[in-house]
Amino acid sequence: MELASFFGMTQIAAGLLIGMGALGTAIGFGILGGRFLEGSARQPEMIPTLQVKMFIVAGLLDAFTAIATAIAVLLLYANPLVAQLKGG
Amino acid sequence: MAAESAAPTANEYISHHLINYSVKIGEGPFWTLHLDTLVMSGLIGLIVFGIMAYAARRATAGVPGKLQAFVEIVIGMVDQQVRDTMHAKSELVTPLAITVFFWIFCMNAVDLIPVDFIPGLVEHAFGWAGVHHWKAVPTTDPNATFAMSLTVFALIIFFNVKFKGPGGLLHEIFTAPFQHDNLVAQILLAPVNVVLRFVEELAKPVSLALRLFGNMFAGEVLFILMVLLAGTWSWDMAGASTVDEAAVSMVSMLGHVLLSLGWAIFHILIITLQAFIFMMLTIVYMSLASESH
Repeated sequence: MELASFFGMTQIAAGLLIGMGALGTAIGFGILGGRFLEGSARQPEMIPTLQVKMFIVAGLLDAFTAIATAIAVLLLYANPLVAQLKGG
Repeated sequence: MAAESAAPTANEYISHHLINYSVKIGEGPFWTLHLDTLVMSGLIGLIVFGIMAYAARRATAGVPGKLQAFVEIVIGMVDQQVRDTMHAKSELVTPLAITVFFWIFCMNAVDLIPVDFIPGLVEHAFGWAGVHHWKAVPTTDPNATFAMSLTVFALIIFFNVKFKGPGGLLHEIFTAPFQHDNLVAQILLAPVNVVLRFVEELAKPVSLALRLFGNMFAGEVLFILMVLLAGTWSWDMAGASTVDEAAVSMVSMLGHVLLSLGWAIFHILIITLQAFIFMMLTIVYMSLASESH
């Protein structure tokens, strides 16, 4: 019974991890893309430079979302706490 | 997986694909080597850099061949990034950036090969030796990404000491973000500066490694989950007892193909982006470590 409740909590935790990471990244990318479009509309000759920098910042934005997703997947499929629970 | 008598359940299949082939050479978890990570990353490095070295050896000043032109484009792009970002003079940074970018890109690209392919080949060829698990993508192993980022961290420290001198480095650590003319204020602010510096320096290798690991691990698990969608399909549909079963399994196979295709195409962008980010951050950290006022 404890195991079932543990699995339920784990699923909720994984859902929160992925969902909130996605929320943060979506808002961040939206702001980033909007600023890029504004900047490229003002100065079309800067588009290549701005594009490179935009991808760099996009990669940085993605970082903690990816880490959170990896931890969520780890909790779901290769949970390190299950062994402790089953062992006693 | 061919050695099992019954088909694996979903969880077994996923867990099977997430286990590294490890070899113990001593006591405890530190002395367990992930042989699949080491072998795959070594092979990929040999192939990739062997090809580049071969192209460099045969380089001509006349009209370049296709391989030489390709290598020149890659090196030119990386060199341009380094020259835009770094202001100090170092001959180490451009080769470091080329290595990081190309190696990580090719290691990530192995993720595009279907999930069961390489582990199946290895089990076929080496199953008699006890190799039953094999993870094909080295960068899904946090050991590999931490190895690279800790090496970059060691280089950051080396560059700090070399370009700023030990005295200059200590001065910067104690006075870095918060400065004041008053001596008492300086002494009070010094511990704050040290703590902040410590956190900032520690965040660099950890975030580099975990960013790459997180993206690749999540991508790989998504591929595995999509393969599971086609789990009910088989070449021989005579085993299906009802038309509904056959229809469901065909639809799920179609769904698997479409989803895998879409995700693989998006993953090409992610692979390139993550390799590029690792390289750019390496260059930026090197340039921060080597700027001496």
